Amino acid sequence: MGNDVLVLAERVGKQLQDSTYELLAKARELAQAWGGNADVALFGPADLADQLTAADTVVSIDHPALSDYMPEAYEKALLHVLRERSPRLLLLSNATAGLDQGAALSVLWDAPLAAYAVGLSLDDGVPVATCQVLGGKVLAEVALEGERAICTVIGGSFSSATGQAAGSPEVVHIPPPPELDTARMSVQQVFEPEAGDVDITTADLLVSVGRGIGSKDDLELVQELADALGAPLSSSRPITDSGWLPKTRQVGKSGLKVKPKAYLAFGISGAPEHLEGMRGADLIIACNTDPGAPIFDVAHYGATVDLFDLVPALTGRLRR
Amino acid sequence: MRIVVPLKAVPDLVEEIEFTPEGTGIDREYLKFVLNEWDDQALEEALLVKEASGGEVAAVGLADDPDIDQALYTALAKGADSAVKVSGGGEDTHTRAALLAAYLKRSPADLILTGVQAPDDLDGQLPPMLAARLGLPHVSVVIAVEAADGSARVRQEFSGGRSQQLDVTLPAVVGVQAARQAPRYAPITRIRQVMQAGGVQEVTVQAGSPQPGLTIRRMYAPEKTGHAEMLEGGADAVADQVIELLRSRGLVKG
Repeated sequence: MGNDVLVLAERVGKQLQDSTYELLAKARELAQAWGGNADVALFGPADLADQLTAADTVVSIDHPALSDYMPEAYEKALLHVLRERSPRLLLLSNATAGLDQGAALSVLWDAPLAAYAVGLSLDDGVPVATCQVLGGKVLAEVALEGERAICTVIGGSFSSATGQAAGSPEVVHIPPPPELDTARMSVQQVFEPEAGDVDITTADLLVSVGRGIGSKDDLELVQELADALGAPLSSSRPITDSGWLPKTRQVGKSGLKVKPKAYLAFGISGAPEHLEGMRGADLIIACNTDPGAPIFDVAHYGATVDLFDLVPALTGRLRR
Repeated sequence: MRIVVPLKAVPDLVEEIEFTPEGTGIDREYLKFVLNEWDDQALEEALLVKEASGGEVAAVGLADDPDIDQALYTALAKGADSAVKVSGGGEDTHTRAALLAAYLKRSPADLILTGVQAPDDLDGQLPPMLAARLGLPHVSVVIAVEAADGSARVRQEFSGGRSQQLDVTLPAVVGVQAARQAPRYAPITRIRQVMQAGGVQEVTVQAGSPQPGLTIRRMYAPEKTGHAEMLEGGADAVADQVIELLRSRGLVKG
């Protein structure tokens, strides 16, 4: 049985995602306790290996099919590495690559998967994950007994500090497995975030709106408040999914992470995916008619008055 | 083109969640169950694909899911061509994927669209697990699907507003994050009509019982680490307090 922990490196061009360092930090902690290695699987050009100094080994596979993130090629490459290296635990981030790979590898590599982990520790050598399910209303503590396991981890759950420690990992180049030469999918085009719109990540103050606004026409009401405050208007996912605001305004896991001096949330209930993107704001004031809304667990101040009364009252005071 | 949309009934998150006496599961007895909202998005995207490129849409549920009939009849009322209830069930994705794979081996699909995740899929998400069992290509976190001539063009989303377009050879499994438009509404009268007409086909399958391999030690409600200080009074009183909070931090002038 292996004692190593393997992390899949997630890259955007020449940059590794923060989540890779967070997972590597946890991998080092667990591997040290097991007397094994903290290894990173790096696909595509090996040029990023020098950014993975905290790893014991960087396992590199390069192949034309791995030049962009392609779900099928990554799955084949990762399965190949798992079979070659037999780690005790595979750590993935609960983002797009992890959502593609984790559950598939649970079947193909025949390993249990604990999804949506926000905590991971050892109990007598056995990994125990704390997983967030049912919209953040329930935590499940699950033990991953057996000789191998996979865990997908929600971004921001671990500190990335020790994942960026200095060191000189061994870089192991593995020849690409022949199955990478055939693929049933191809990347046609990559879309970068739309430029030219306001940058909500640099604003001191954000006025944010969620499902509670009800209709596109009523968005104008909140836009007027944002204008009066000189703040950009941002939103939770349902608003951009409906096409009421551009994607560049979406705060949360699949949108942007923001850390303004003040975040005003109107009609946002506070799904875990949204909280992940804004809980670092210095001051959070939330307005929601449901006193049990999870947004109030992270907000500093809250009000259960109707946003259709509060928003015009605020705008009126600012225009005075 | 045959499009299959697996549906899951999940606990309604608006409800208060209670735990079993052993503390290792949630008490499902008094819970209300609703269609997984990501599956609702997948159904909408399937209906859009059918409208654009033709084909038929089959909504597929598992017989042991509470209130799954309601979800299947609603799917028919929205425009699905058929509804199928596959024998068996279970909360864990490993078992569900095995049952659905057994059904799909018998009644193959060109395109399988289902929600990218479910609120209670602790042991992993359905789309990749189903694809792995069927040996099919799969893409998750998808926000648009177009199908033509044995392939599908899908848009896959990443964090921070990035996305990519992939061409995938069919048959394939797609995990839908969001449909191109908000899921359509089915009027109650239409759902009633569909219920009276019947039309949910029941299928019995044999599948092994794969173990998720997880030992659940404890399930509990997260301890609240903090709670907002609630601003009292009507809208005017609250507005005064909010302005003062912003002013004290120099975010509002005057």
